[in-house]
Amino acid sequence: MCLAVPGRVLESRDVGPNRIAKVEFGGVTRQVYLDFVPEAGVGDYVIVHVGFAISKVDEAEAKRTYELLAEMGALFEEEEGQP
Amino acid sequence: MKYIDEYRDAAVAKGIAQAVRARVTRPWVLMEICGGQTHTIMRYGLDEMLPPEIELVHGPGCPVCVAPLEIIDKALDIAARPGVIFVSYGDMLRVPGSHSDLFRVKAAGGDVRVAYSPMDAVKLARENPSRQVVFFGIGFETTAPANAMSVWQAKREGLKNFSLLAAHVLVPPAMRALLASPANRVQGLIAPGHVCTVMGTREYEDLSRDFHLPIVIGGFEPVDLLEAVRMLVAQLEEGRAEVENQYVRSVSREGNLGAKRILVQVYEVSDRKWRGIGPIPMSGYKLRPEFAEYDAELIYGTGEITAHEPEECISALVLQGLKKPLDCAAFGTLCTPERPLGAPMVSSEGVCAAYYAYRRHNEATKEAVR
Repeated sequence: MCLAVPGRVLESRDVGPNRIAKVEFGGVTRQVYLDFVPEAGVGDYVIVHVGFAISKVDEAEAKRTYELLAEMGALFEEEEGQP
Repeated sequence: MKYIDEYRDAAVAKGIAQAVRARVTRPWVLMEICGGQTHTIMRYGLDEMLPPEIELVHGPGCPVCVAPLEIIDKALDIAARPGVIFVSYGDMLRVPGSHSDLFRVKAAGGDVRVAYSPMDAVKLARENPSRQVVFFGIGFETTAPANAMSVWQAKREGLKNFSLLAAHVLVPPAMRALLASPANRVQGLIAPGHVCTVMGTREYEDLSRDFHLPIVIGGFEPVDLLEAVRMLVAQLEEGRAEVENQYVRSVSREGNLGAKRILVQVYEVSDRKWRGIGPIPMSGYKLRPEFAEYDAELIYGTGEITAHEPEECISALVLQGLKKPLDCAAFGTLCTPERPLGAPMVSSEGVCAAYYAYRRHNEATKEAVR
């Protein structure tokens, strides 16, 4: 139920009180409500659950933490390579 | 896909598992709460990548699984009424009630429909003014704001033919009940990343302090979960008990303020009964009195329906992390996704469904089949 997937905002428009976006998930496009993440703009990644974006992906944090994790992976591969 | 593929990188995953192996000195029991996380663990065999000192037990974080029988019976009662379009998330359709399920109600002529979003149900109400549209609003804190928005939107538009059968549950009160139980073995908790995306992390700071429990907010991909385990093991080995956030790309300490605002506007916190756990005070949401005209329980007078859980299914113990699906004599034989005895075998997030999909090769299962 709490499955939520990251997608990229392609465009957005206001419909009455709602903000509705076209969001792309790996080639598939869906309509998504941006009411809970009004700060999300075109090109941003949002995490989407049952048709609503619940967060805008913090790209800077994602990059920083992933680099740390990737270092751990590189260390492992070096150790694997040893006799 | 960006923010998915890189978190499934095998070398990174193995590197983190290696770091856990290097750090662990004794056995630790960790619980992931969310059913989505359980599925990732089983699908990628993360438990088998980790050293044997680490035992992962699975929590009650599957809203379909913890929905008590009586709410299913109430849904069946409403869905069978003429003039009603009953709209549900797909997961609920095969969940057995006391005597039937939504699929069978549909087969018998009930107008039961599956929606991806609660806003689809509002649209149906708009397009079918002569019918009553009832949305089955189940879910944890992640789903509650979207369901609340459907009610808020219906009220704003003045729709008189839309209502919500609310069955919302909250994670922290259930965790408190499990951790306070004398049977509890959990020493560290992976908190659900999408619940915390909405609610923030403060409630988990209280849990951590009250139970002196290390908690890491975790994401949903294999690398996320292994890193959450590594962070928990580091805390446990160092004697720390703090809340740390592994899922920083989505979770902030304050959570999603807009989503939290609609929760407060539409719902109030209420007592809820959990399948497998029983009644837990202040562990769910119900509609506020000013939204009473959208409350399906009041409109259809289903408040009196009660039900008793069947005894052949050990899901009560499974949902508390006290037993695993392979401990159940019915697993894979009497109970399968096609003919489920209990909800954890039905839901795409249910722990029994996860073991059935990814662990049927296990020795214990073969024993059960013989």
